[in-house]
Amino acid sequence: MSLINWIDDRFPLTKVWNEHLAQYYAPKNFNFWYYFGGLAVVVLVLQIVTGIILTMHYKPDADLAFASVEYIMRDVPAGWFVRYLHGVGASMFFLVVYLHMFRGLMYGSYRNPRELIWILGMVIYVALMAEAFFGYLLPWGNMSYWGAQVIISLFGAIPVIGEPLAEWIRGDFVVSDATLNRFFAFHVILLPLLLALLVYLHIVALHKVGSNNPDGIDIKKNKDKDGIPVDGIPFHPYYTVKDTFGIAVFMTIFLGIVFFVPELGGWFLEKDNFAPADILQTPPDIVPLWYLTPYYSILRAVTFEWLPGGAKVWGVIAMGAAIVMFFFLPWLDRAKVRSIRYRGWMYKTALTIFAVTFVMLGYLGTKNPGHIDLFLFENVIWAQIGMLLYFAFFLLMPIYTTLDRTKPEPDRVG
Amino acid sequence: MKSVIKKLLPLVFLFSSPATMAAGSGGEHLDSAYINLADKASLRRGAHTFVNYCLSCHEASFMRYDRMARDLDIDLTDLRENMMFASGRPGDLMKVNMSAEDAKSWLGVTPPDLSLTARSRGPDWIYTYMRGFYRDSGTATGWNNTLFPNVAMPHILYEWQGLRSANFEVSSNGAKSLAGFDQMSPGSMNAEEYDGAMRDLTNFMVYLAEPAKLVRYKIGVWVMVFMLIFIGLAYALKKEYWRDVH
Amino acid sequence: MTDDVNSGRRRLLTTVTTGVGLAGATALAVPLVASMKPSARAVAAGAPVEVDIEDLAPGKLKVVEWRGKPVWILRRDEQTLAELEEIVGDLSDPDSEVIEQQPAYAQNRHRSIRPDVLVVLGVCTHLGCAPTKEFEKGASTGLGDDWMGGFFCPCHGSKFDLSGRVYKNVPAPTNLVVPPHSYVTENRILIGVDETEATG
Repeated sequence: MSLINWIDDRFPLTKVWNEHLAQYYAPKNFNFWYYFGGLAVVVLVLQIVTGIILTMHYKPDADLAFASVEYIMRDVPAGWFVRYLHGVGASMFFLVVYLHMFRGLMYGSYRNPRELIWILGMVIYVALMAEAFFGYLLPWGNMSYWGAQVIISLFGAIPVIGEPLAEWIRGDFVVSDATLNRFFAFHVILLPLLLALLVYLHIVALHKVGSNNPDGIDIKKNKDKDGIPVDGIPFHPYYTVKDTFGIAVFMTIFLGIVFFVPELGGWFLEKDNFAPADILQTPPDIVPLWYLTPYYSILRAVTFEWLPGGAKVWGVIAMGAAIVMFFFLPWLDRAKVRSIRYRGWMYKTALTIFAVTFVMLGYLGTKNPGHIDLFLFENVIWAQIGMLLYFAFFLLMPIYTTLDRTKPEPDRVG
Repeated sequence: MKSVIKKLLPLVFLFSSPATMAAGSGGEHLDSAYINLADKASLRRGAHTFVNYCLSCHEASFMRYDRMARDLDIDLTDLRENMMFASGRPGDLMKVNMSAEDAKSWLGVTPPDLSLTARSRGPDWIYTYMRGFYRDSGTATGWNNTLFPNVAMPHILYEWQGLRSANFEVSSNGAKSLAGFDQMSPGSMNAEEYDGAMRDLTNFMVYLAEPAKLVRYKIGVWVMVFMLIFIGLAYALKKEYWRDVH
Repeated sequence: MTDDVNSGRRRLLTTVTTGVGLAGATALAVPLVASMKPSARAVAAGAPVEVDIEDLAPGKLKVVEWRGKPVWILRRDEQTLAELEEIVGDLSDPDSEVIEQQPAYAQNRHRSIRPDVLVVLGVCTHLGCAPTKEFEKGASTGLGDDWMGGFFCPCHGSKFDLSGRVYKNVPAPTNLVVPPHSYVTENRILIGVDETEATG
């Protein structure tokens, strides 16, 4: 077609199409766990689109913000739908990202030569947490307000520079209009730009080295006479149609939540956030939304006053370290194989315990530390056990992955 | 193995809500309101109670009169004659002609905006609260509430419910709990009628907190039907192409 | 790849799934696009406005706001109405033939329901500036010796007569817009509701 030719002379359209879709050879054995990267992109696009519309109606002003959200919910045509899509979308984003990360842990997707993909992914994850945190203040509900107050106060725990730093972040001595306004700027400009760039880099890096697969073996080792991996299939049409099916199922669940249970019993939209921010009245329990609670749990688990400098600062350090651990995963893992399919019992056990621990910490982060919500011990004791197991997974990894008896990898994918 | 665990665990936790949901304002017993948003007659009765009594002091400043009339099939004459006292135009918000400062000096506290109470407190809270008033000579208003001790609001609907006193039991560990009410003098409604009126009011306040709820479920059903068809098609398409691979 | 591909079935499924998928995407886009329409607040703010004209003297102009735009209400005496008949030769659309510029009930010689009361939007039909009132006659206004009184738009020099009709050879292409309006009583105008809607 002449139009395509005209463009190809000026822009590598066909080349990009072929390199990344029609002639991008992906392993043919992708399973359930390989849907989530594509789904994350779908959610990112939805968040940007709905976010643009919300920005048209939202007022980043402490006196007007809460009312402007209700204005969106009532007066703006279909505004409730847009707002629920965005709010539920935030939780769905994390759900998909957590499953995507777990996939990486199972099949060793972070290992040589994909270390940089993993690190870029982790930066995306951290940026996403910041994006969600900034966004959560914007409705200016009481939980928004106190959540921001508590999280920013964490910076106050840093010795010497802590308090000035917290004031610099807030632009005031408490969370105020100034804080709301800058969080709005971060939420709608800074982090979306950063996320878009990081996602682009994540995919560029992936397409440079090619996708891993559930067997964790390199499909480029077996090529036919045309140089095409025998176990590879072109991304388009095979994975485009497969991902279309995945997107259909995902969107059904997503829209089901939006239309039938947008608050999801308080997990996606908290009751306390339907009351406007009130400097004089703290909600009975201040908790972040579920996707940040594993780290919140670790923060609160450090109650050891005998630590030098006090428990508070070490809680902050533990929380930060919990996230930083992930970055070192490519170098902590010493196993001879990538995929869990060919690893021994040690890694399988360790990963199972880690997954259970992560969910448990997340659950405990939504509960009062002094209560007993599991069994036997108070929540804070369970959180301390969880924290121990969490760090053990990473710090002992060089040992158990070396000792672990792995099975030989096959030559071809199964 | 791990995949199964990872998939199932969130489901287990899903049904036990985060702390903030369960705690409410102290874990007290709430009576179920058993509201029905599909019952427009109940919503209209609740709306009349709301604008005639609650709206004298409280605002519902995110709600517009004409929206309410359209959603609940209230005709404009009824709206103008029986429901709009404080303001003139049907498109107006449900505001009160009383500044926050005046309200504070007359009533001691600024009455909270009621637009979102059903979402911030929950329907059962409203239902229990409105049925929890009793006479108490120890308070400034002469009224008290079992759910909200020493509440600043007097019992606005005492003419309906009549005057009641409350009996408390003190258990061995010193905790005070409600044993029951004594009817001191009858109101214009018996207990059953009053509960019904409060159920209607609660129903209306749930609508008030999220007007979109009336359409959300209806649209949602059609969206689900469409999505299931699309899932079917996408699956068939995937199967068709993947015959090449398998 | 196998050769026994049922290409007919494959093409059909691709077409149908793409079609249904696009329909779904469109259905998702509809509320997103619709969210940019005037909100309930804008509609409420643009609600019909009732104006009392009992005290409006001949030659006087009353300005009220409707949907954020100025609405001019002008009382004209018999003499002015007679003079308006004399200048039709200078006007570009003296008989209000451009039907979008006024409701049918104002498509007459005086462009109004009551001959003496003109109701028009004070928005120039050229580029939306606000014309000024120039009710003085003659050369002193700077609008020419034969200026009979009317409205003048300072942005690009468009001229309108006291019925809101545009003069020839000015940038504005059409007469000033007569908004929907009706009479609740003899001296009360409801701006924003058409005559038939109000009575019918």
